[in-house]
Amino acid sequence: MKTDLSLRKIIGLLQKGEVSALDLVKAYLEQIEAYNKKLNVYLSVNTKVLALAKTIHGKPDARYPLLGIPIAIKDIFLTKNLRTTAASLVLDDYIPAYSATVVTKLEEAGAIVLGKTNLDAWCHGSSTETSDYGPTKNPWNINHLPGGSSGGSAVAVATDLAPAAMGTETAGSVRGPAAWCGIVGLKPTYGRVSRYGVIAMGSSLDSPGPLTKTVEDAAIILNVIAGKDPNDATTSPTNFDDYTNELEKGVKDLKIGIARDYLLPNMDSKVKDLIISAAKLFEKLGAKVDLVKTLDPRFAISVYTVVQRSEVSSNLSRYDGIRYGRDRKYFGQEAKRRIMLGTFTLSTGYHDKYYKKAQKVRTLFIDDFNKVFKKYDLLIGPTMPGPAPKIGVTEGQAMFGEMADVLTEPTSISGLPGISVPCGFVDGLPIGLNIFGPQFSEGIILRTAYAYEQSTSWHKQKPVDFKKVIIL
Amino acid sequence: MANKTEITFTSESTAKIADLAKLKVEKKEENYLAKQFNQTLEVIDGLNKLNTQNIPETSQVTGLKNVFREDVVDKKRSLTQKEALSNSKKVHNGFFVVKAVFDSES
Repeated sequence: MKTDLSLRKIIGLLQKGEVSALDLVKAYLEQIEAYNKKLNVYLSVNTKVLALAKTIHGKPDARYPLLGIPIAIKDIFLTKNLRTTAASLVLDDYIPAYSATVVTKLEEAGAIVLGKTNLDAWCHGSSTETSDYGPTKNPWNINHLPGGSSGGSAVAVATDLAPAAMGTETAGSVRGPAAWCGIVGLKPTYGRVSRYGVIAMGSSLDSPGPLTKTVEDAAIILNVIAGKDPNDATTSPTNFDDYTNELEKGVKDLKIGIARDYLLPNMDSKVKDLIISAAKLFEKLGAKVDLVKTLDPRFAISVYTVVQRSEVSSNLSRYDGIRYGRDRKYFGQEAKRRIMLGTFTLSTGYHDKYYKKAQKVRTLFIDDFNKVFKKYDLLIGPTMPGPAPKIGVTEGQAMFGEMADVLTEPTSISGLPGISVPCGFVDGLPIGLNIFGPQFSEGIILRTAYAYEQSTSWHKQKPVDFKKVIIL
Repeated sequence: MANKTEITFTSESTAKIADLAKLKVEKKEENYLAKQFNQTLEVIDGLNKLNTQNIPETSQVTGLKNVFREDVVDKKRSLTQKEALSNSKKVHNGFFVVKAVFDSES
């Protein structure tokens, strides 16, 4: 059984009865056995996965669209009776008593949780290097970072250790690692997908989203996980139709803006060229494309840093080691740094200067996007300013993540959805195209990404570096 | 976008923040963290370049207001006492054991 198939293809095979859930699970376990140690993707593999697969009878249908499909889950989602660490030693031995809504929805659709993937501890980072369990490796060049914080999920999909995976994005944490690993990453609108049971980082920003091999697969998963959740008051009652029905609609009726200010002055020109090529392709496919001016994304670094650190300090104050987990001395350097800066920005005398000011500039970003999206359906730009840097580059850099995520932070603070799709290579490493739009425009974003994907072959290229045998 | 900051962290102010956040920071860490906080403040202070007079603060990005639920217990969401205690290191007669809050001598 091949493990490099898309979700759509696997669903097809299951429906035809050509493979069983057990065949699938066995195949992915073999792949995990072969490469997990080298790549450091899974922090826990679900020991009950074979037994679960044996209980599955029947085929995927409208009621159980993912019946028998193994899926990887970022270790920030609570999974009942399956260890959940947030990649922090504070939660090293934590066994949740309930599951996140996203996990419950996936399981109710018939999916099987294969295991829990590595991340920056508490999602604090864009490299997976701040994990207390060591960094995940980029499969295109194992000396490079996979991106983060959903780095384990991205590498699981890129190396066929899972057909699809769940991640979460606060600013860039789904799209960034997807870009650096050459796969698809979708960050839905804030509130489109429930945060219940997701270990909180920035509660006004956190958005769970899928990492997949294809755009269609992202739509399939979004169908399952989206929707209002009574357990998360910030989920939106906004209706949605089957996202896969949008895919074939093309881009002929769309006005797409190239976000001019997202082609940063100091950016590698090879990255800019790839974005311009993508824009030209959209024009060829019938869209109207213009260069568009927006608020400088670099201001979002400041807004994001203040808001996120403040929310982190509040969210992580609950870890006292009394009811679960271990005490606060187990927090790593990065978590301490973020908690402390957030404590400062919320403290008496500084709250107005930092937190309130940041929330006002956040409004400027929202207003600016509202203005742009009156004229344009979508914007495009690079997901990350360059390809994946080498492991070790984050050492001593207090702002590595915030700087790396400069192009996704404006959308995150504004609650906007976006997708990263593979759009080429620089120095042998993948680059992602970020397609983003107004709130709840997932349908248009998915069909635009699909049109691009179907007209290019970047997503068909597979990493091979991680398969090389290293002889010491 | 490095900016000149009005506030500078010292090892003393870093120690104070650590205390407020209930974090243990070693003496030798204080200077290192202070330096990093100053780097971060330099970036954050870029916000002052934007005029935000008469601009309201964002509180909820998708515009939701006053989300209520029925005032009834949802049994599906409740944990049993056993489940709630299942991850605690110290349990006594079905309760969490916590450290004493007040000094025992006073």
